[in-house]
Amino acid sequence: MAPRVEHDLHRRRRSRNLGLLVVLLALVALIIGMTMVRVSQGNMMKGFDHRMGDLPPPVVQEGQR
Amino acid sequence: MSDVPHSTSATGEAGFGDYVALLKPRVMSLVVFTAFVGLWVAPVPMNPFLAFCAVLFIALGGGASGALNMWYERDIDALMRRTRNRPLPAGLIEPDAALGIGLGLGGFAVMLLGLAANWFAAGFLAFTIFFYAVVYTMWLKRSTPQNIVIGGAAGAFPPMIGWACATGGLGVEPLLMFALTFFWTPPHFWALALFVKDDYSNAGVPMLTVTHGRPAARRQIFAYTLLLVPVALGLGLTSIGGPVYMTVAIVMNALFLRGGWQILRRTDAESEADRHAAERGFFKLSLYYLFAHFLALLVQSGFGGW
Repeated sequence: MAPRVEHDLHRRRRSRNLGLLVVLLALVALIIGMTMVRVSQGNMMKGFDHRMGDLPPPVVQEGQR
Repeated sequence: MSDVPHSTSATGEAGFGDYVALLKPRVMSLVVFTAFVGLWVAPVPMNPFLAFCAVLFIALGGGASGALNMWYERDIDALMRRTRNRPLPAGLIEPDAALGIGLGLGGFAVMLLGLAANWFAAGFLAFTIFFYAVVYTMWLKRSTPQNIVIGGAAGAFPPMIGWACATGGLGVEPLLMFALTFFWTPPHFWALALFVKDDYSNAGVPMLTVTHGRPAARRQIFAYTLLLVPVALGLGLTSIGGPVYMTVAIVMNALFLRGGWQILRRTDAESEADRHAAERGFFKLSLYYLFAHFLALLVQSGFGGW
């Protein structure tokens, strides 16, 4: 097996790759967290067609007025 | 813009820290702090996690501006002692990569801010990036000695964006927070220019101290300290002001006015004689000045207003 020579170039490349890994993992965590907060708030979400917007006014029967 | 020869790198390979340096982390710290204060003191509460994300994305937008600035200014950065070790002139990061990071990160920050907060705040962030990268860096920095004044606007937008994240709009309070940072920037930088011998003239950047002379810069510094007084005290009379903020504002503005007056009254010979003591003191005070005002707003929000 050939001996592996550690060079400054390898060190810099490793730091860059590890940094990018941490950034990507943090991004995934942020987006999951934002999604969970948004869904738990449930604002502006209509139940029947899953589209953004105000809920339709409740249907009131004639006899309930 | 001329291409910069790659010269000083030992390896030509950038580490993660070089990419962080591309985003100007020191400028980002000011952006984070003032955006956070703007968001915190706004009358509409925001979910803490979304607020954290919003401040983070505003900071990333600021970082994107920094990357675009370094991409465009790589030719003059290579000519100045203070900036020649930045990742681009040092040959660690390719110009195309810096441009890609700036544009990509900027777009990314704007989209995510829209999702975390609202699209008004996201649009405002996009405008801020455009203003700093295009209006200031590409257009005005090399064409007018008032470049610091105009560039100061980009640095002054973050508290407004923070406020917009929480409320979805603007008001007199964020406008005054903007004005405070906007009017603070010129005396802060011109005081530095009075005692740091930078090589802007070699790089072809018109600085007020060179184009109009140092006495003119002294007059302008004092003029801006005068302008700051009504802005800082006016902010204290709004819904986010109160006795704590007003006390800090009165003390800091009195000190700032005194410092500006001392600079106005001095000649360059007097300044050289004591190694620019007054100018150095004023610059140091200016750092405390802005920090104290925004910290006072934060503390005041804990006590309630008037």
